[in-house]
Amino acid sequence: MPLTQAGNAGLFFLAPWVVFFPVIGLLINIAFGHRMSEKAIGTVAAAASGLTFVVSVLLAAALRINPEAVCWTVGEWIHSGNLQLDWTFRVDTLSVTMMLVVSLVGTLIHIYAIGYMHEDVRFKSDPRRFRRFFVFMNLFIAMMMILVTGDSYLMLFVGWEGVGLCSFLLIGFWHEMDTLGRPSWANSDAAKKAMIANRIGDFGFLIAAFLMFWGFGSLQFDAVFHRAISISAINSPLIVLITLFLLLGVTGKSAQIPLYVWLPDAMAGPTPVSALIHAATMVTAGVYLVARSAPLYEAAPAAQLVVATVGALTALFAATIAVGQFDIKKVLAYSTISQLGFMVAGVGMGAFAAGMFHLVTHAFFKALLFLSAGSIILGLERGHHRLGHGHEGGGSKEPELFDPNDMRNMGGMRKTMPMTFWVYVVGALALGGIFPFAGFWSKDEILADAFREGYALVYWLLTAAAFLTAFYMGRQIWMVFFGQARHAAAEKAEESPRVITIPLVALAVLAALGGALNLPGLDTMTTWLEHTITSVHPGEFMPSVAMISTGLALLGILLSWLLYGRRPMQAGEVDPLRRLLGPIFVGMQRKWFVDEAYRALILDRYVDLARFTANVIDDRFWHDWFHEKVLAGTYNFLTRMALNRYADQRGIDAFFNQLGQWTKDASNRLRGVQNGFVRSYALVVLVGVVAMLGYLLFK
Amino acid sequence: MVPLTYYVALSAVLFSIGALGVLIRRNPLVIFMSIELMLNAGNLAMVAFTRTYNVLEGQIFVFFVMTVAAAEVAVGLALIVAIFRSRHSIDIDLMNSLKG
Amino acid sequence: MTIELVVFIVLGLVAISSALGMLFSRSAVYAALFLVLNFGTVAIFYILLNAPFIAMSQISVYAGAIMVLFLFVIMLLGTQALPDSGALPWQQPLAILLAVILAGEAVYLLFMRKVATAGIPQPIESFGSPQAIGGALFNEYLLPFEITSVLLLVAMLGAIILTKTRKGEG
Repeated sequence: MPLTQAGNAGLFFLAPWVVFFPVIGLLINIAFGHRMSEKAIGTVAAAASGLTFVVSVLLAAALRINPEAVCWTVGEWIHSGNLQLDWTFRVDTLSVTMMLVVSLVGTLIHIYAIGYMHEDVRFKSDPRRFRRFFVFMNLFIAMMMILVTGDSYLMLFVGWEGVGLCSFLLIGFWHEMDTLGRPSWANSDAAKKAMIANRIGDFGFLIAAFLMFWGFGSLQFDAVFHRAISISAINSPLIVLITLFLLLGVTGKSAQIPLYVWLPDAMAGPTPVSALIHAATMVTAGVYLVARSAPLYEAAPAAQLVVATVGALTALFAATIAVGQFDIKKVLAYSTISQLGFMVAGVGMGAFAAGMFHLVTHAFFKALLFLSAGSIILGLERGHHRLGHGHEGGGSKEPELFDPNDMRNMGGMRKTMPMTFWVYVVGALALGGIFPFAGFWSKDEILADAFREGYALVYWLLTAAAFLTAFYMGRQIWMVFFGQARHAAAEKAEESPRVITIPLVALAVLAALGGALNLPGLDTMTTWLEHTITSVHPGEFMPSVAMISTGLALLGILLSWLLYGRRPMQAGEVDPLRRLLGPIFVGMQRKWFVDEAYRALILDRYVDLARFTANVIDDRFWHDWFHEKVLAGTYNFLTRMALNRYADQRGIDAFFNQLGQWTKDASNRLRGVQNGFVRSYALVVLVGVVAMLGYLLFK
Repeated sequence: MVPLTYYVALSAVLFSIGALGVLIRRNPLVIFMSIELMLNAGNLAMVAFTRTYNVLEGQIFVFFVMTVAAAEVAVGLALIVAIFRSRHSIDIDLMNSLKG
Repeated sequence: MTIELVVFIVLGLVAISSALGMLFSRSAVYAALFLVLNFGTVAIFYILLNAPFIAMSQISVYAGAIMVLFLFVIMLLGTQALPDSGALPWQQPLAILLAVILAGEAVYLLFMRKVATAGIPQPIESFGSPQAIGGALFNEYLLPFEITSVLLLVAMLGAIILTKTRKGEG
């Protein structure tokens, strides 16, 4: 689609404000936050995010009238030789979709976070950290907006790096403690892990960008896609390489195999962070990248197969791990990785609309699930405090170690936290893909596309993952909300305040009704995206696929009821699935030992290499042998032997000493003249007289 | 009248003998006497010249030389006596404390 | 060969031999006496050269006062011959050589250069008489005369001071 410059500016001049509003918000909080109340800080941040949503809506409305892409340049950036880049905001249907999702979900989460962080900073005993949280959140929104509105790969990368930074800052928000509040390196280690894993992905992204510039001469989207199509006929390895390196970046940011390992650890951050960044928005940046690079992927079918397979494998792999987790947020984290696998498989197959549709619906229900989980965790904390193990209780007693995240401490919460219970059920049904919730429509579209396009392996992997998804969500619901409370804190849990539950309800509505965005037949989103990604096409609804997937989902829920719902777990009891599957369950619970394998194969080997280079090569070889023996020894030998003994002592010293000796001898001899005898002095006088007389005579 | 040159030659020989005496002898008194001999030789030549050129100034000069010689002898002998008092010897070879 | 020349030659020989005698005599007293003899012959030379006043003052001052003073001091210091110290062995031959050269040079000078003595009138009878000397002394050469008296005073003082013993010094 040819882009048009903003001749008729319309509302497109508002485009940069999606970035400016959050920046203004964070600046206000930085400058004045120390004098503002918590409510004020939160309101400023949420308002900044809300205004961003308003601008996104206006831009979407403007695009409805004029669906062609519009680029709005704010300023010059790099003009160096062939590289010509500006700070240009690209408003087209794809970027507006992302803007809407990020700002809507972001605003709801900001509102939620006002209530959540109010309690969290008090549980962790540091109320002054409230402001920092909202500064970072606004920074994240700004960076994400740069990512989705960038007009070139490099501007996208600026946002890519920026959200990685915010992820680091927010995961390590409670950097000096671990999730239970004890002083530890655990949280900061998790932040580092996220940063480093993302870095490896960024390396892939950069190599792809270099190849792009080298092959196409530009990094700007339209220029790249234009050249790609013409070059693809003659030099396809280049495009395959570019797309595969981009895939490496995607595996980092969107947590696919092999770089997904940071996302479960990222649950160390506060729950709003997990919801916003690690469920709804940042991790979807990789999916957005592939969708944006659609022309490149369309030109490299081999790469498409790789992407789709990676996504499908990740989906199944992560789902198996989710089955064995006891931490409520870890289940959701692996679920996120699994659903991201769905999305990546979707856009990898060329089903860009399906992938983006699932991105949007997943943002709704995953954010909902995470925020509800946060509500449950807070409820447990409140209950724990009410039991008197908090600060008001007996000071002499050692506080017991209580993990509010552990599902084994929960149970029967539907009675104590009803609102949270209902919204959680909505989210779980959406995630499980049960008709008519949003997840059904989007997941189904991906499965249908896989089946139709002939990606058989991908289809079966995704279907198995869908079955497991329903199973582990069911397991979670029975474990948390049904049965008896397995810990006194769960009995005493309280429902969360309205500032928390209202965003949950809003998201539940979206999760329930979100399917309307792209109902088969209506295909609203597909046609919307078609303006940007020319290769999308509305998929036809395949009832067989829908029935298989729905049937498997119901089967999964039934199985989970049989194991966890019919006879609920008691306190201290072993998980029933463990009794069934034994070592397989242990593998699932221990994440298939991937982290341990990475440590043994890569990390420890790297440390060994570093130790080797430091101790053996640097110390023993270079320093001890080469410097000390060879260089210093030779030098000292030379100076001592040659220069000192021969040149200096025998040569120069001898010469000057000899001179001195001669002077001494001469002076000794001359001294003899002054022998003190008067007679010899008189003789000398007479000699002079005679000589003079003789001279005068004979002249 | 004996030619002038004879007188001056005689004076020269006496002067040389006096110089020799200064150089050879070790007794300061004899050295001093040799010095007087040299002065005397000079006087002789002076008087010979006066007679030849018929001017009286030579004899006046000799008169003064004689006076000065007398004064010099007085002081010199006093010096020798003083040295003898401190050193108890008048061998000038022993008075070499100016040795360098 | 006039009488004068004969007298000159005889007296000359006496003078030279007495000088040599002074030079080579072991004893200082003998040396002093040889020197007195030498002074006497020189006084006779003065008479021959029309300088009677100078001759008399030579006898009285030189031979009479100075040599007597020498003899006093010789007696004061002892007349023993000094032992041979052995220092400066090369001094003696070198000195003799130099003296011979000196004499030779002087003689050479004298007999190679001619001196014009013609046209000078002979001195008158009273040429070197005391009156003439005195007249010249007190008329043209008064200042040197007075200075000489100061000189003699200084010499006297010097002699006294040099030989004065301080208290306690022996």
